[in-house]
Amino acid sequence: MPAYVPPPPRRLLEPHRIFLIALFGAIVFCAVWFLRWDWLEKYQWKLLHGIWETLFLLFSTAGAGFILAVLLGLVQVTGPKPLAMIARGFCTLIRGTPLLLQLWLLYYGLGSVFAQYPEIRHSMFWPYLRQAWPYGFTALMLSFAAYEGEVMRGAFAGVPRGELEAARAFGMSRFTTFRRIWLPRAIYRALPTLSGETVLQLKSTPLVATITVVDVYAIISRVRQDTYLTYEPLLLLALIYMCLTGILVLLFRMLENRIPSRGA
Amino acid sequence: MAASPVFLNLDLLALSPPGWGGVLLAGFAASLQLAVGGFGLGLLIGIGGAFGKLYGGPIVRDLLEVYTTVIRAVPELVLILLLYYAGTDAVNSLLMLVGLPRVDISGLAAGIFVIGVVQGAYSTEVLRGAIKAVPPGQIEAARAYGMSPFKTLHRITLPAMLPYAIPGLSNLWLIATKDTALLAVVGFSELTLVTRQAAGATKAYMLFYCAAGVLYLSLTLISNRVIGYIERRARRGIAGPM
Repeated sequence: MPAYVPPPPRRLLEPHRIFLIALFGAIVFCAVWFLRWDWLEKYQWKLLHGIWETLFLLFSTAGAGFILAVLLGLVQVTGPKPLAMIARGFCTLIRGTPLLLQLWLLYYGLGSVFAQYPEIRHSMFWPYLRQAWPYGFTALMLSFAAYEGEVMRGAFAGVPRGELEAARAFGMSRFTTFRRIWLPRAIYRALPTLSGETVLQLKSTPLVATITVVDVYAIISRVRQDTYLTYEPLLLLALIYMCLTGILVLLFRMLENRIPSRGA
Repeated sequence: MAASPVFLNLDLLALSPPGWGGVLLAGFAASLQLAVGGFGLGLLIGIGGAFGKLYGGPIVRDLLEVYTTVIRAVPELVLILLLYYAGTDAVNSLLMLVGLPRVDISGLAAGIFVIGVVQGAYSTEVLRGAIKAVPPGQIEAARAYGMSPFKTLHRITLPAMLPYAIPGLSNLWLIATKDTALLAVVGFSELTLVTRQAAGATKAYMLFYCAAGVLYLSLTLISNRVIGYIERRARRGIAGPM
């Protein structure tokens, strides 16, 4: 076996690529021609609504989770020991168990506990607690926070001390240092993994369909039940998620390019 | 009001039938089998995929690129549904073609296949990176000694790349253990689904979900210990922390 030699830079349209693209086109054509797609018209608005629901869930949980992750990372780096240990334990707990289990624990477990207390049932929160999405939101947010919290811990710890000392030498207060130097530098460092985590989060969102939240996955499940089709809806769903992932990756790449970096 | 007594009723976890402990442990064993099988299959696919990506011809490389990109862009849940149905369908239509009767594919085999295919995409990438990290001179030296490609693989490339691959692979193992829970959605009786059934039958939701959580968590923690040991062993002879 030869040692690894980096391949020469390749053009998009080499002869074998043209052949592969033609083959792929033929497969797509067969899929469109021979499979049944007549249900698409009936469900298109529901599908769009489901995609919107999925995206909303993704961005709201990632946003809230990221704020929590910053806190978790910060506490682990600077916090008093008991707090740091609690934060680390939280991360281990969430990262060590499947998200599906956490979701069902919250929805069925916590939901049934809530239902047993008349105080909660008569409180103003009950109309929300009876629905599924608060549980889905909480589970997804906690999961994102735990995974990203580990990343933020490393990012906070990895900001060069000299930069923080320089900020102090400029007479910045601790909070200003955090706001102007420490947090932005840590986020820059975490950005490449943040994009990966966000894609992972997108891929976790369909789990909420198992607790009756209506996202795009749930719509497709309903199509499957209504039409008795196995493959067509699932293939479309895979395509939708691939497009969403691609868009997310592109967005993050644009964001990363905007951040000034030295060298490389 | 009745919340705490139900939560604390540990008799429900007894191993013999009025308790559900035995059922939970059987589900845990099924989860473990799935994870080990899926991870192993994924590793095999990953080794093949990594070598294909590094040394294969242009068509092989492009096809592997499509495989890893698609698998990593689509949610595991969707892939599991697709592969679970498509895989069993494909085997059966293949059998029909050669004129054999349809077979019922066991949930375990289908589950291992599904998790293996998903893991294969990720481990292809991990192993590709690790192989690239092996200094080319070592592989050239092996060739200069006249080793066959296969001997180079198992004597030089695989052992030399191991320290670089272990962090990624251990991460994949942990993901594999957690991905087994997704098979609950297609009705395979692994720990999560069994837990749901137990909880539904007894109404002690919190108790059973927490018990299952403890099982998963202990698996993760024990895995971490073992991984730490393996990592130290694979790194012996490498100076300093990487």
